[in-house]
Amino acid sequence: MYAFDFERPTTLDEAVAALGTEEAQALGGGQTLIPTLKQRLAGPAKLVSLTGIAELRGVCIADDGAVCIGGATPHAVVAAEAAAHYPALAALAGNIGDPAVRNRGTIGGSLANNDPSACYPAAALGSGAMIRTNIRDIAADDYFQGMFTTALEEGEIITEVRFPVPQKAAYVKFEQPASRFALTGVFVAKYADGVRVAVTGASEEGVFRWSEAEAALSSDFSAGAIAGLAVDAENMIGDLHGSPEYRAHLVKVLTGRAVTAAG
Amino acid sequence: MPKDHGIGASSKRREDVRFLTGRGRYTDDINLRGQAYACFVRSQVAHGRLNGVNTADAEAMPGVIRVFTGADFEGIGGLPCGWQVTDRHGEVMQEPGHPVLAQGKVRHVGDPIAVVVAETYDQARDAAEAVVIDIEELEPVLDMKAALEDGAPKVHDDLTSNLCYDWGFVEENREAVNKAFETAHHVTTLELVNQRLVPNAMEPRVAIGDFDPGTEDSTLYTTSQNPHVIRLLMGAFVLGIPEHKLRVVAPDVGGGFGSKIFHYAEEAFCTFAAKQLKRPVKWTCSRSESFITDAHGRDHVTKIELALDAEGHFQAIRTETYANMGAYLSTFAPSVPTWLHGTLMAGNYKTPLIYVNVKAVFTNTVPVDAYRGAGRPEATFQLERVIDKAAREMGIDPVELRRKNFITQFPYATPVAVEYDTGDYNATLDKLLEIADVSGFESRLAESKARGKLRGLGINCYIEACGIAPSHLVGQLGARAGLYESATVRVNATGGLVVMTGSHSHGQGHETSFAQVVADMIGIDENMVEIVHGDTANTPMGMGTYGSRSLAVGGSAMVRATEKIIAKAKKIAAHLMEASPDDIELKDGAFTVAGTDKSVAWGDVTLAAYVPHNYPLEEIEPGLEETAFYDPNNFTYPAGAYACEVEVDPETGKVTIERFAAADDFGNIVNPMIVDGQVHGGIAQGIGQALLEGAAYDEYGQLLSGSYMDYAMPRADDVPFYTVDHSCQTPCTHNPLGVKGCGEAGAIGSPPAVVNAVVDALQRAGHTGVTHIDMPLTPSRVWSAMQG
Ligand SMILES: Cc1cc2nc3c(=O)[nH]c(=O)nc-3n(C[C@H](O)[C@H](O)[C@H](O)COP(=O)(O)OP(=O)(O)OC[C@H]3O[C@@H](n4cnc5c(N)ncnc54)[C@H](O)[C@@H]3O)c2cc1C
Repeated sequence: MYAFDFERPTTLDEAVAALGTEEAQALGGGQTLIPTLKQRLAGPAKLVSLTGIAELRGVCIADDGAVCIGGATPHAVVAAEAAAHYPALAALAGNIGDPAVRNRGTIGGSLANNDPSACYPAAALGSGAMIRTNIRDIAADDYFQGMFTTALEEGEIITEVRFPVPQKAAYVKFEQPASRFALTGVFVAKYADGVRVAVTGASEEGVFRWSEAEAALSSDFSAGAIAGLAVDAENMIGDLHGSPEYRAHLVKVLTGRAVTAAG
Repeated sequence: MPKDHGIGASSKRREDVRFLTGRGRYTDDINLRGQAYACFVRSQVAHGRLNGVNTADAEAMPGVIRVFTGADFEGIGGLPCGWQVTDRHGEVMQEPGHPVLAQGKVRHVGDPIAVVVAETYDQARDAAEAVVIDIEELEPVLDMKAALEDGAPKVHDDLTSNLCYDWGFVEENREAVNKAFETAHHVTTLELVNQRLVPNAMEPRVAIGDFDPGTEDSTLYTTSQNPHVIRLLMGAFVLGIPEHKLRVVAPDVGGGFGSKIFHYAEEAFCTFAAKQLKRPVKWTCSRSESFITDAHGRDHVTKIELALDAEGHFQAIRTETYANMGAYLSTFAPSVPTWLHGTLMAGNYKTPLIYVNVKAVFTNTVPVDAYRGAGRPEATFQLERVIDKAAREMGIDPVELRRKNFITQFPYATPVAVEYDTGDYNATLDKLLEIADVSGFESRLAESKARGKLRGLGINCYIEACGIAPSHLVGQLGARAGLYESATVRVNATGGLVVMTGSHSHGQGHETSFAQVVADMIGIDENMVEIVHGDTANTPMGMGTYGSRSLAVGGSAMVRATEKIIAKAKKIAAHLMEASPDDIELKDGAFTVAGTDKSVAWGDVTLAAYVPHNYPLEEIEPGLEETAFYDPNNFTYPAGAYACEVEVDPETGKVTIERFAAADDFGNIVNPMIVDGQVHGGIAQGIGQALLEGAAYDEYGQLLSGSYMDYAMPRADDVPFYTVDHSCQTPCTHNPLGVKGCGEAGAIGSPPAVVNAVVDALQRAGHTGVTHIDMPLTPSRVWSAMQG
């Protein structure tokens, strides 16, 4: 690690101010950022921890029924507190990494990082969530812009993520054997106005919606509805753990399983 | 009744008290006064010409004491290789130099170029980034077959090619074997890869060099499986320090699996730098650094052919293997694909003709050397896989095909130069079929099918050569070392014992099981025996721990030394009881005179030895301390049979291990619980190789699987509960304990069982074209195999 200054503000305003300085960077749970610093792949002048800001932590229910998660809420808290309201989301959070990762890592950190194999991006895109920052609201459809790339500006802080609660939903993650991130993961959510299918881990472009499946499932929410569809292997990730063809195949298998699991 | 103490008892591991409560003392826990810290600057390219190293900026950085480069090591020896293989044509292998720090060229990602020594580790690391290296990148040599083509770039410019050796074994059999294949009724051929593995001991390597200007003594604290070997290699061949001025300490060591046998550049560097700087110099390896500096394991590409007659009797075996040496010859690298591999190609079977060809190749990758099993897993895997394939091709039950060819008469001299002393392969196989509940497989298969899963059963045998090794034999085979073991038994005045052994425990539980042996011989409580190991200053010259040798060889040395103790103690007891030494008996810690009620306690005799007021001083010396060196006259041959049951998800290709059973014949057993643990760990490692682990390089020679994000180690939920049995015991005939060794068996026997099971599952599901899948059997690979 290179040396850096450290601040742990208790209000959002202080955090925004601290992040306004040269080469300052937000620190959530540090589960991604700290290993990067240890490998000396990044050298911010200042880290601004968001975990001391009470208003960024916790799970609550909005008047319209949406599940609202503070940007600095750890995965373990989501797993516990969202379970009654949005079980598929809670289950996803409860299956990220190991207990240490879940007790430290935050939803804001995960969405800001937008790792192409991370789980939360699938939930956010699959739920049509609203990503709220200190300056604006961003629809999930506009937020994810490719591997490790998002709509966030320099210094912009994710303060809350609002998930409309679907009638049915499930996330099925096929683990990469080493990291146990998603080799491919599919989040399926059935809303009154249609079905959303979000795929993580598979595409060179990061999390994406599988629109053919959405159309098929919107008229018939059953695993059989997608039987005739095929996923193109072009633009799929090929690496040690699976070829593009394998990932394309998994997208379909896991989508079917998610539909079945959603019931 | 299971025993509750001594040989045969499951005594609790005494070392676990300190390991499990955080009180172990590992090398990194040692901090010496005035210690400085070393950070290595390593090559980031696989192959390159080193045109210059500029250390000026780094030297000027805060806290920097000195920056070392290859120039500092000119005229100093390179890291030696401990084994010289002679090739098919009677020529000795090509043996390149292995400088401590790169000279002229870098040959793999991770090759050390310079070292910064500074007041703190962070300062050393900061300055390491300021070392300017001028490298002209060269085309890397990665694929072994391409490396041997004419015109391929050379890893070592001063060698004639990238071929280390082309070994034939037994060369005299070559023509006869070829003939047997021409006339065989059936020939089964299998091409396979035994993939490269990264050892990943839990404790990364550490070295601390120390030098005392007052006495001119050097000390190296290091994570080693064999401190005396390091002292000899480093002192005599690298730094020119005589052994009496060099002490090597390997305290608690957190796992080795072979990777801590070898002498590494960092050890020599820290010892050298401490002397230059007159300050202790410490280096602690990071996990990322371990991936590119610890010697890797396996990495064989093999074609094996098995010739059979119409009834399925094995007629001949012919193999051709390319074995990756990596960029340099690590300490024992040349022996692994040859003497630890070719000699095991007979397996448990009577095959009259065997010919093994191994081409060892230099590439721009991390050096490869012994890793748990070392050569024997590679032999077992190819043999047990080709037998399964042959059984399928000939329509013979795979278990029956094995039985039909079992060696049943012992001793048995194989056509590959070793003589098995004892064994009963039918007994272990029968036991296996029972504990694995093979007769219940069909109903489990039906149950899996009902859930939409494929199920398969894989069974195989294995044999290994352990108790390494008879020095007279390995000397003929090219070893530049003897492979005896030593022990000094020191009895204290009040009767307690300290046993100083040349074996080294790094997880095996020696402190417990060795004490059981000595206590049992004397008939005293195990807690009266303390085991000391890991420090050349207070243990006799020994060769360390690897090759499942500690109990068979080190334990035998302890037995011999304890026998000397008992013989002398009997003389003292005879004097005290005014009897003839021949009439003295030792039982339950008391000496008696046969046929009388006279008795003296162990403690009376030991006290007399050190307070010799009433003592036969004219006949024997006072004191009670004996040393023995034991050199085995043969290897030991643990053997057994393993069964694995898997489920395969037909949609994703994911394999889960549902059941795993192991029936091992380890000869006599000292501590059954420790043996269970060794087998469990070995199987987990074998399952890791079969399903998860694999080191992969990209086309530039960068290690793709360079961290736990991409290198999959087995975790608790990747492995099942094991059913293990070691009740089939044919004791070793040539060591005093009748033991064979159990440390590597699990890792040797399990990979073929897993792969056999997966292929069986696919075959049963109609994928008849799938005869083999290369390890690791990742979901992606299994799925691809099912796609045809
Ligand atoms: C062993 C291990 C296993 C894991 N397994 C999984 C898994 O299975 N699935 C999965 O999805 N993830 C997994 N992760 C990643 C984990 O979920 C991380 O917690 C997450 O990716 C990052 O969250 P964090 O709070 O730790 O962010 P940090 O590491 O603190 O920060 C990551 C990035 O986000 C920025 N940031 C942090 N918070 C905010 C915010 N509120 N607003 C704007 N920017 C912010 C930081 O500046 C930084 O750039 C794993 C991690 C580890 C170490």
